[in-house]
Amino acid sequence: MAQAAAVAKPPAPPRRRRASATPRRLPYLLIAPAALLMLGFIAYPVISVFYYSLQNYNPTKPWRNGYAGFDNFVHAFTDDPVFWDTLTFSAKWVFVEVGLQLLFGLALALIVNQTFVGRALGRALVFSPWAVSGVLTSAIWVLLYNSQTGITRYLADMGIGSYGTSWLSDTSTVFPAAIVADLWRGVPFFAILILADLQSVSKDLYEAAEVDGASRFKQFWHITLPHLKDAIILSTLLRAVWEFNNVDLLYTLTGGGPAGETTTLPLYIANTSVDAHNFGYASALTTVAFVILLFCSMVYLRLSKFGSEAK
Amino acid sequence: MITKEATEAAPTPVSAPTATDPRPRRRNRSWDEVPRWQIYLPLSIYLVFTLIPFYWILLFALRPAGSTSLVPWPITFDHFEKVWTERSFGTYFQNSLLVGLATLVMTTVVALAGGYALARFDFKIKQAFMLALLCSQFVPGALLLVPLFEIFAELQMINSLGSVIIAETVFQLPLSMILISNFIKNVPYSLEEAAWVDGCNRMTAFRIVVLPLLRPGLIAVGSFAFVHSWNHFLFALMFLNNQDKQTIPVGLNTLMSADSVDLGALAAGGIIAAVPVVLVFAFIQKWLITGFSAGAVKG
Repeated sequence: MAQAAAVAKPPAPPRRRRASATPRRLPYLLIAPAALLMLGFIAYPVISVFYYSLQNYNPTKPWRNGYAGFDNFVHAFTDDPVFWDTLTFSAKWVFVEVGLQLLFGLALALIVNQTFVGRALGRALVFSPWAVSGVLTSAIWVLLYNSQTGITRYLADMGIGSYGTSWLSDTSTVFPAAIVADLWRGVPFFAILILADLQSVSKDLYEAAEVDGASRFKQFWHITLPHLKDAIILSTLLRAVWEFNNVDLLYTLTGGGPAGETTTLPLYIANTSVDAHNFGYASALTTVAFVILLFCSMVYLRLSKFGSEAK
Repeated sequence: MITKEATEAAPTPVSAPTATDPRPRRRNRSWDEVPRWQIYLPLSIYLVFTLIPFYWILLFALRPAGSTSLVPWPITFDHFEKVWTERSFGTYFQNSLLVGLATLVMTTVVALAGGYALARFDFKIKQAFMLALLCSQFVPGALLLVPLFEIFAELQMINSLGSVIIAETVFQLPLSMILISNFIKNVPYSLEEAAWVDGCNRMTAFRIVVLPLLRPGLIAVGSFAFVHSWNHFLFALMFLNNQDKQTIPVGLNTLMSADSVDLGALAAGGIIAAVPVVLVFAFIQKWLITGFSAGAVKG
């Protein structure tokens, strides 16, 4: 691809008056900026991660640097319980988050797709957390969950729960607490995408179904859901990858704690490379994460038969 | 009935000017007569869940420090003043705005060029390029921090906003390009060809015929890029060390991780962080829905 982009450099031949005779280089010229940016800032870093995964590389321990073969990988799979713990937690996190976001997002989209008074305002309000950043989401929910500043204190005033409850520092409540905080921001994403796709359902289908006396649930099950299928598959996949990779929220909300209880694999990798400077090992873990993501995505697309049914 | 037929005659959402209005026209239909409570009850419950957190942070931003009242009264703007000047949120705001707007412009322009090529041409490496775009979705940006840091250090761009702008743009590009190429595919090629016959060259034809029809899609993609880069945290945290170069999310994190958190300042900083994106969002919301529905991947 690098060569193709480089070949495209020389100036385009003199334009003829009728542009319909397409200069052969034009498409290459057009994708060149994107291709160069992606080569330099995605492909090259990825390749360097693959390279470092086979190295001992730690700037603070230079005497050990050098080729390591598959030692890093062997260590991860056989000798590093934290790797397995964080991988398991990542899987749990992604599964629960995406499942709940899809469920609530779908319900919300179906509701605000109806015609009712105040719909525009309702849509704007329920979608608004989508625009809020992970860090700000953390800031808000840290305030809400804190035993001094949070809502628990007022709930305790009303007799619900007890004073001094701090959901984020208790290992038994931190998972649902973090899940709810991320749902707050994540549900609108699904609702927006599904609502967008709902706009293109042919109304004739519903009319026909109605003539046949199909119930609303049956219409949903046989018309709406099949129509949404590809959009749902694609958005759950993108979201799962995003939830797996994104560290903003957990990094700032719990910092992976308490006691490592909410450390995802990417958080562990970030700690390994940024704090512990063990970059060779972090690269090996990154490679593993990348392969797992790619593999799971392929399996998911295959099992869900993405794009198999004509709309 | 006649009006309904007329509105349905438009073939694609993008090409019909009325399509900017996402409101489906199916009033007076028995199918649509969902009992009102089935709409308002779940919606209200969800609204409470959505709005309490916003209210909470507004409460802390507007009431005096140490107050435990549940209404922000007496109202004070001290926290805002303090966070804007003492905690440098004024500077952060400028930096974030610069990063957001530059990312928006770069993403849209580069993705428009690439998206046009993907929509309108068949060329040798097209399949490989599409595959690369899809695969890049699986590359975790956060996990490339160290190599990216090394690259920007090599380019002497550490501590310059340019590094963050480039990194944000690069990770926005693949999806933006796929979306835009879908928008362009929805514009009939014959429109462009007709303009060539009338003597326009490709560029002029694109500008006059295609670009106006892409508006909802471009607004969706551009605002997406802006909101993402405005909100994104890790790149700015890693690549910008000087305080006068940092962005709002980094500033918020600094406030949060302080030993004794100034809650009023944190809340006011949060409001400052939220207002621009929530405003942008409220403004572009209806374009977002049509934009995505037009750009949706079609089988």
